[in-house]
Amino acid sequence: MTGRDRGLRILAPLAIGLLVLLGWEALVRLRGIPPYVLPGPVAIAEALVRDWGPLSASLLVTLKITALALLIAASLGLLLAVLFAQSPVLELSLFPYAVILQVTPIVAIAPLIIIWVDDVTLSLLICAWIVAFFPILSNTTVGLNSTDHNLLDLFRLYGAGRWQVLWRLRLPTAMPYFLAGLRISGGLALIGAIVAEFVAGTGGNASGLAYRILEAGFQLQIPRMFAALVLISAAGIGIFLALSLLSHLLLRRWHESAMAGGDRR
Amino acid sequence: MIGRLVSLSGVAKRYPTGTLAVQGIDLDIGQGDFLALLGPSGCGKSTLLRMIARLAAATEGRIDWPAGPPRPGDIGFVFQEPTLMPWATALANVALPLELAGLPRREAAARAAEALARVELAGFETAHPRALSGGMRMRVSIARALVTRPRLLLLDEPFAALDEITRHRLNNDLLALWEAERFTVVFVTHSVFESVYLARRILVMAPRPGRVHAEFAVEAPAPRGEAFRTSAGYAAQCREVSRALAAAMGEAA
Repeated sequence: MTGRDRGLRILAPLAIGLLVLLGWEALVRLRGIPPYVLPGPVAIAEALVRDWGPLSASLLVTLKITALALLIAASLGLLLAVLFAQSPVLELSLFPYAVILQVTPIVAIAPLIIIWVDDVTLSLLICAWIVAFFPILSNTTVGLNSTDHNLLDLFRLYGAGRWQVLWRLRLPTAMPYFLAGLRISGGLALIGAIVAEFVAGTGGNASGLAYRILEAGFQLQIPRMFAALVLISAAGIGIFLALSLLSHLLLRRWHESAMAGGDRR
Repeated sequence: MIGRLVSLSGVAKRYPTGTLAVQGIDLDIGQGDFLALLGPSGCGKSTLLRMIARLAAATEGRIDWPAGPPRPGDIGFVFQEPTLMPWATALANVALPLELAGLPRREAAARAAEALARVELAGFETAHPRALSGGMRMRVSIARALVTRPRLLLLDEPFAALDEITRHRLNNDLLALWEAERFTVVFVTHSVFESVYLARRILVMAPRPGRVHAEFAVEAPAPRGEAFRTSAGYAAQCREVSRALAAAMGEAA
């Protein structure tokens, strides 16, 4: 990729975004649309600056739950995938339940979890964890099972133990799969946290970004609602970029997926 | 032949699907021997090699090691593909057998570096496999197979995927290593030219089920080199082995 291409890759979407924002602002102003129906980008930006205090506090709450849920999902997913790889019987018996957990809509079970679990933060954490868990488990399981059979033979030939095979062969093989799962789960954990906050927020006891959206809606402070929405999107993008960077740093020396961008040696 | 390293008697392998891969194999592999297993695809060459490596069990017959059963590191194996760990450097790949055997990391690294130098890859220790050419990856694979100083080196069509020039170079390098160290080699190939150029003994195998069709002893000046490849004696022996191979395949058809 040349420098010109790279510049274009950043500039082109930026230009489109700027055009859309300009058009949006012009539409709102020329048509005289009231801010409680559709606020313009400027009004949203103003709300973001004005209400930065409570909004940033809420952002932190949501991010904390997302990060914690992702961390637990990653460690439990990895651990369970390793157990699956060691014992096919365990995989056969437990995997269907992981699928059930995945296909059950979080919106439907979030109210139950919030009722059952007294602690709000814990209930949010559980909801976010449920949606973030499966991609990591499923991807890592596939990764652990994709080990080159010739390499497995080689390890056998040299008398490697189960632990050595796991640590030196299966886990490194599974690494790109795990990281791909992590990138998917990062976004999902945020969505899970937001959904759970919405459900909990309807009951009036939450303080994350979704609660701010609900609150602003009730008070007809639509610019502030949009400002909270902007923060959620920004958080999602930030999480994705951070996990992509992590994946790139870990894989760039050897895996094809991290080679795009012309740093082939 | 100084002594027997491995003895196969009446060895057969039937897969669970019922396919008989090889049948009635009687074979003595002498210490320091360079044996080629030559045959068309599907004649059970690789299966036989895997049984010798104890990666697969024979369903009939016996495979004996008269001088004692092999310990980890006594057998080196080179696969059709380089079969390297892509996340590990060339050095770490070569050091793997030693580290699996519990050698201290530093000692393993020193011996791995030495093995890399023996296959003319000094200076590439920190390179990852993807940064190496196909021929270089195969050299890493050979270095890994030799790093434990094995009694027996098994090669399963190791150079089949390489271009001809690279293959010739690796043939010569393998011969030079063998001349210098005299480990025992069993080399699986479907190339008549390669088998005559490299091996002291050639076993021509016939397919369905895989069995030994003919055996040849190759006459050649030592050490072999490019002069042998262009000699009349080489051409004559290639012709002879070719005829046997054609007969082996005709017999199956």
